[in-house]
Amino acid sequence: MRDVAVLGVGQTRFGELWDRSFREIGIEAGFAALTQAKLGSHDLGALYLGNMASGAFLDQEHIAPLILDYAGLAPHHLPGIRVEAGGASGAVALHQAYLAVASGAHDFVMVGGAEKMTDVPEDLQLAITSAAADQEWETVFGATLPALWALIARRHMQEYGTRREDFARMSVLAHEMGSKNPRAHFRNRITLDQVLNAPPVAEPLGMLDCAPSSDGAAALVLGPLEKARRYTDTPIRIAASEVACDTLAVQHRRDPTTLDATVFAARAAFGRAGWDPKEIRLAEIHDAYSISGLLALEDLGFVAKGAGGSALRDRSFGPGDTLTVNSSGGLKAQGQPFGAVGVAQVVELVEQLRGEAKERQVSGVTRALSHNLGGTGATAAIHLLERTN
Amino acid sequence: MTIARFWRETPQRYNLGASRCSSCGSAFFPPRVVCPVCPEHRRSLGKMEPLQLSGEGEVYSFTVVHDPAEGFEMQVPYVLALVKTREGPILTGQVVDVSPGDVHVGLRVQATFRKLREEGKSGVIHYGYKFAVAREEVREPVAPEGESVPEPRAEGPRPART
Repeated sequence: MRDVAVLGVGQTRFGELWDRSFREIGIEAGFAALTQAKLGSHDLGALYLGNMASGAFLDQEHIAPLILDYAGLAPHHLPGIRVEAGGASGAVALHQAYLAVASGAHDFVMVGGAEKMTDVPEDLQLAITSAAADQEWETVFGATLPALWALIARRHMQEYGTRREDFARMSVLAHEMGSKNPRAHFRNRITLDQVLNAPPVAEPLGMLDCAPSSDGAAALVLGPLEKARRYTDTPIRIAASEVACDTLAVQHRRDPTTLDATVFAARAAFGRAGWDPKEIRLAEIHDAYSISGLLALEDLGFVAKGAGGSALRDRSFGPGDTLTVNSSGGLKAQGQPFGAVGVAQVVELVEQLRGEAKERQVSGVTRALSHNLGGTGATAAIHLLERTN
Repeated sequence: MTIARFWRETPQRYNLGASRCSSCGSAFFPPRVVCPVCPEHRRSLGKMEPLQLSGEGEVYSFTVVHDPAEGFEMQVPYVLALVKTREGPILTGQVVDVSPGDVHVGLRVQATFRKLREEGKSGVIHYGYKFAVAREEVREPVAPEGESVPEPRAEGPRPART
């Protein structure tokens, strides 16, 4: 296995992009990444495209050749491969691309993540995204993704004395960070009281505990590290790329308050890189729900199991803390176009590691982590990134 | 959900048909053909035995849903719970016939056969299990002065459900 680096990144604005089509946003992100990597279309060996549900949202399947076609690459006859893993589709696509470059099968590959969600009404968005849970043994009995995360939250409160306002702080943090991100779906700051008094979705979770459904696309160009310096002064090395899975349904988990997929993927990633969680100064974690962000802090090893609530009470997790979380605004504020999330997390980290994050720049970051989940945590994908010069 | 997809799981949704691994004794709902607990789990193939759940359990976690799943629009707000059954498996289902404010972790409940959704996309009415508060949880009446309070009922198997 050879070292793999990120050579270029690109991302559209996230939000309700009603004036733009799926193929338009996919191409915008891809060409931005390709231009930044100083590569031509003919240099690419493959496209790996993360997307959860284009069929349900747009009645359009077979989207990898679609994007290649409208990117002008049909005459090159590249392999285009769509990857689906619920909300982790983007990071799992990145994992496949990483393996393709690490193995030597390809030199330069494009990783895309794209989702167009807001063309359909909100109740349909909820039904489509909730299909990442178990349709036969969860949703048929009245469960939705937020309801299942609420069940996890209540049990966490029961076992560890976590307070409802503890995880509410994740959303306040996300909006604080997102306010500085020009690509973010939401750029307004919110208060703890606003989160606590928002309309209930599935108690104890309210509207401001839940990340929005967004449209958006993100892209990366990967290549072998040994060749990367020809194209960029600041190649970002992928020190680890790991994916782990768990039971699809929350009811079958060993412990519903622990996401074992995150625990196992993190253990594998830190083992491969030879790093310790304490060395991570910046992390993009999967805060699709405020409680999922709290669980990530624990299951990634940043705080002890059960201590997520008190950590959010005592620490800022903002710039100035030893660990900054979700400098992009996270899923809550930057937005949640499902298949694009895992790719966008890495776009943010690459910009931070290069020192190009402008107003959001966290100082002194050389190592960073991204954490992307599918459904209620049946898939977890973790990437460790490092500045190499 | 299509008619065939719902129909083939009738034994589970109507009668709580589960399975037990004859090697390690672990119980599963819905039934599984292979045991995820046994270290040599491939050897459990063909050794999973049917198990009938009693439907008795207690609330392991719960939520009050305000933003409903498809087909549950007329039921909001409704209580959805993880119920830990007496036999071990945890089930996801609604807790009904109770005020949401009276539901708590540890509340004893009993599975009951109900209509799940008014109508699915296919036009079929879905039936299955929900949970009602167990009879033991209903407060014993205080006996008037001079009369003795009846002995609590002994724990025992309930009559089989049909």
